[in-house]
Amino acid sequence: MEEIHILPAGDAALVVEFGKGIDEETNNKVHALSAYIKSGRIRGVRETLPTFRSLMVFYDSGTTTFEKLSKMISRFRPDKVMIKKEKKRRLIVPCCYEGAYAPDIPELSFLLKIERGEIVRLHENVDYKIYMLGFLPGFVYLGGLDERLHAPRLSTPRTRIPARSVGIGGTQTGVYPVDSPGGWRLIGRTPLDFYAPDSPSPILCEAGEYIRFVSINEKEYRALRRDVETGVFRPEYA
Amino acid sequence: MEITVLRSGPMTTVQDEGRFGYLAYGIGQSGAMDKDAYHKANALVGNGKGEAVLEATLMGPVLRFEQDALLAFMGADMQACIDDMPAVRGRAYPVHAGQVVSFGMAKNGVRSYIAVAGGVDVPEVMGSRSTDIKCGIGGLQGRKLADGDILRVFDRNDPPFRIKIYGRRNITPAGYPHEVTVRAILGPQDDHFTEEGIRTFLETAYTVSSESDRMGIRLNGAQIEGKCAMDIVSDGIAFGSVQVTTAGLPIVLMADHQTTGGYAKIATVISDDLPCLAQAGPGDRIRFQKVEIGEIQRKLRKRRRRKDDK
Repeated sequence: MEEIHILPAGDAALVVEFGKGIDEETNNKVHALSAYIKSGRIRGVRETLPTFRSLMVFYDSGTTTFEKLSKMISRFRPDKVMIKKEKKRRLIVPCCYEGAYAPDIPELSFLLKIERGEIVRLHENVDYKIYMLGFLPGFVYLGGLDERLHAPRLSTPRTRIPARSVGIGGTQTGVYPVDSPGGWRLIGRTPLDFYAPDSPSPILCEAGEYIRFVSINEKEYRALRRDVETGVFRPEYA
Repeated sequence: MEITVLRSGPMTTVQDEGRFGYLAYGIGQSGAMDKDAYHKANALVGNGKGEAVLEATLMGPVLRFEQDALLAFMGADMQACIDDMPAVRGRAYPVHAGQVVSFGMAKNGVRSYIAVAGGVDVPEVMGSRSTDIKCGIGGLQGRKLADGDILRVFDRNDPPFRIKIYGRRNITPAGYPHEVTVRAILGPQDDHFTEEGIRTFLETAYTVSSESDRMGIRLNGAQIEGKCAMDIVSDGIAFGSVQVTTAGLPIVLMADHQTTGGYAKIATVISDDLPCLAQAGPGDRIRFQKVEIGEIQRKLRKRRRRKDDK
């Protein structure tokens, strides 16, 4: 097993590195440690922040120290407490890959030499692992995009991408949670809010879980969007 | 109790201790930039540690109190006046209905904390009243104050004798020199920099850029040499992380920082030294002094023990 590195990030946080790259095995260890810490077995920890290959642990330096925490964390064996397979939760994310919601599919189709229907099929039939959230509230970094869909970002980023747009940028795919500038190629839009600040559960996704896109038409999109806006929509898991 | 914001100033927001528990969802902690001044302002008016206050940047607001209130301010000196009478930092003032409290340009420091007995009454969002403009939450509808806003303050109905007691309190405000040395712990990615790069970081007097804000204190000065490219696989950021951009210049990430980022972080400023960094204005000079984590935490424990003994 690769050695873990525990590094200080000031006097109230530390970083536990499980590897250098982006891969599912490394990321699983990050989430395993996060779950282990959150289960309350380590004193003085305030909050954890999982990322691709490392876990940031924020602690109260009055209750514990870098030295004490490092000792406890280095005893942790991720292989023994790996997230059990049956706990794997898949959030169904309806996505409309049509018309005005998918402005970049024609160019992407030309660029990749893949037909529109095939692009949709390759994009929706995957369980994407949520490696981490960051950058924007509720922004998911997903692993698992089919290599055939890898495509360079737009040479000129858009100044405003509407919230809930689904895009491809480089080797990644994801959803813009709020209106923001960005250079990803837009291939669809979901009626679901990935960030809803006024809702009792403001963030839709949890890092470590999975999501799967399911293709819907424009009529279904409008109906689902209405349900989300009126608060009757409940997310589905498979 | 209500306060009418006659003039808001360029960047005045409602802030408290900060928002905790949402970093894993991409929502940062926000909160007062200078925690020291924030705590002292609250203490002066007898507020609990976590009450919401106003944080004004560079130039303060003009506020009309619609009911009697007790007021104090700490942090930057913004030459406050109650009606036409000058008022100083570090004291609590009873203010009467109809009186106007005006703040001017920051003379020393850049951020002023205005506390009113009872605390600013805005809804708690995800456990905090702090304004997070990027996420559009907290404070007044997730934004900075604007002219004409009405601010509510929780009623506390202090009996007159308590007002008298608060009136006698006095805290000496901190001074904010134009050149400060802040202590920093190297890492987590100091191994991305050459020895020469780390020496440059520790020996340069960096100048605060006018583009600094609540997200980060941007610094100009000698370029820090990296071993390779400055981008890393995105990982977590702390309040105080010192990121080095592709141009080789350091940015100290502050209260409104992004939760994750892809630039290598050479060091992290220790919690005790963040307040004076928060008060550094454009043109001020910052030096970094290397300290070890073990040493800092031993000192912290000693200090706590002394406090407990008292």
